[in-house]
Amino acid sequence: MTILKLEDIHFAYPGHAPVLDGASLQLEAGQRLSIAGPNGAGKSTLFHIALGLQAPSAGRVTVFGKERRVEVDFHEVRRRIGLVFQDPDDQLFCPTVAEDIAFGPLNLGRSKAEALAIVDKVLTDLSLMHLRDRITHKLSGGEKRLVTLATVLAMEPEALLLDEPTNALDTENETRLLDILLGLPQAILLVSHAPAFREALAPDSLELRNGRLV
Amino acid sequence: MAHALEPQAKTLAEATSDAPYGVIGDLDPRIRIVMACLFAIVTVALATIPALISALSTSIGLLLLSRLPIRRTLKRMAMMDSFIIFMLVLLPFSMPGEAMFTVFGFPASWQGLWKAIEIALTANAVILSLMVLVGTMEPVTLGHALHKLRCPEVLVHLLMFTIRYIEVLREEYLRLRSAMKIRGFRPSTNWHTYRSFGYLVGMMLVRAIERSERILGAMKCRGFSGRLMLLQDFCMTRRDYVFAVLFSLVCISLLMLDFL
Repeated sequence: MTILKLEDIHFAYPGHAPVLDGASLQLEAGQRLSIAGPNGAGKSTLFHIALGLQAPSAGRVTVFGKERRVEVDFHEVRRRIGLVFQDPDDQLFCPTVAEDIAFGPLNLGRSKAEALAIVDKVLTDLSLMHLRDRITHKLSGGEKRLVTLATVLAMEPEALLLDEPTNALDTENETRLLDILLGLPQAILLVSHAPAFREALAPDSLELRNGRLV
Repeated sequence: MAHALEPQAKTLAEATSDAPYGVIGDLDPRIRIVMACLFAIVTVALATIPALISALSTSIGLLLLSRLPIRRTLKRMAMMDSFIIFMLVLLPFSMPGEAMFTVFGFPASWQGLWKAIEIALTANAVILSLMVLVGTMEPVTLGHALHKLRCPEVLVHLLMFTIRYIEVLREEYLRLRSAMKIRGFRPSTNWHTYRSFGYLVGMMLVRAIERSERILGAMKCRGFSGRLMLLQDFCMTRRDYVFAVLFSLVCISLLMLDFL
């Protein structure tokens, strides 16, 4: 089954040269695909377009076999595809870790008890139980990164989009993150500047060059 | 406020179960907020000096119960006084009445002096009780308690986001500030300084707006629909009721002292 299909995507920020100029990609269930490319090549923009946070000026976004055009179409997409942002501080906005992880499930209409059960399960799976009641802005960089992953996994997505997950991680935390990601069943679309990390997690690779994926 | 007094990293669980603030710290946050408001209203209503002194003594009593560092807390209270000191000093001169003495031909009145003492006592009693009862809470707990007290949701969210991002903004400020310093920037009284600080503030605003957009994106990705749910539950114990009753009695006796 094809999870995500982007066809001939064009996008430009107002007053700038186009970032994406006919980019296309396809992500199958269980597939691990990485995207490389220089800074400012539009890798994050591509993710934002896939989840409807930004609208392409031309092109087609097809997710789970349905074409998605307007905001309402993307509600389901965001539930089933999890995006881990580049800067963990953007993603962790609740005061405590438990609340942040429960945020997604609560939005999906789970009860408080169910949400808390999910929190405990996800944290146990990632061996992060000791962080449960910590205050998010007092976490270290590595802890923040792992918690952002937990917040996304709590929504039980079928695919993960990772935007430079190894940013600002030390080797130890990077290894830990890699171990966790390798153990997940989800399809993964990875953007990373670290060739070794790309190689280990997602050997299938595309390169974003001049607004096209090759 | 106490959060700023003692910057040790505390977790939410510690703050609610094993509070370092003695008897006060164990009380339900909601009852502490309600009692602080009640005390403030009663104190503002008092008009006689003995009653006001009793009110201030009540606040000091609470301070002793709370095991806050006494000197530093009083110092913070005195900082608030610096905001009203000019008004207090000028009050004897601006209020008509029996002359006490004259400065450059302006008479200072006894009535004005008593009024100034009243205001000083009221302000200090209220601020001290607020610092002890509400200021000892972890800010997050304060937000949750306000939510449970049916405070408008928008205001609670505003508080929660402030708590979460104030540190991020401060770090951003410090980063920009040190970036200025390492390039030899030394503030003085000239246009270059004003312009540079203008850029600094402007840059922080721009970054804050961009960050808020990214946060909204992240929230949308997790199905945000305009409502934040808060998880913490509070429960009232017997001690909370006992405290509420006792403290209300104190407030009533303050009022009676005032009327007698």
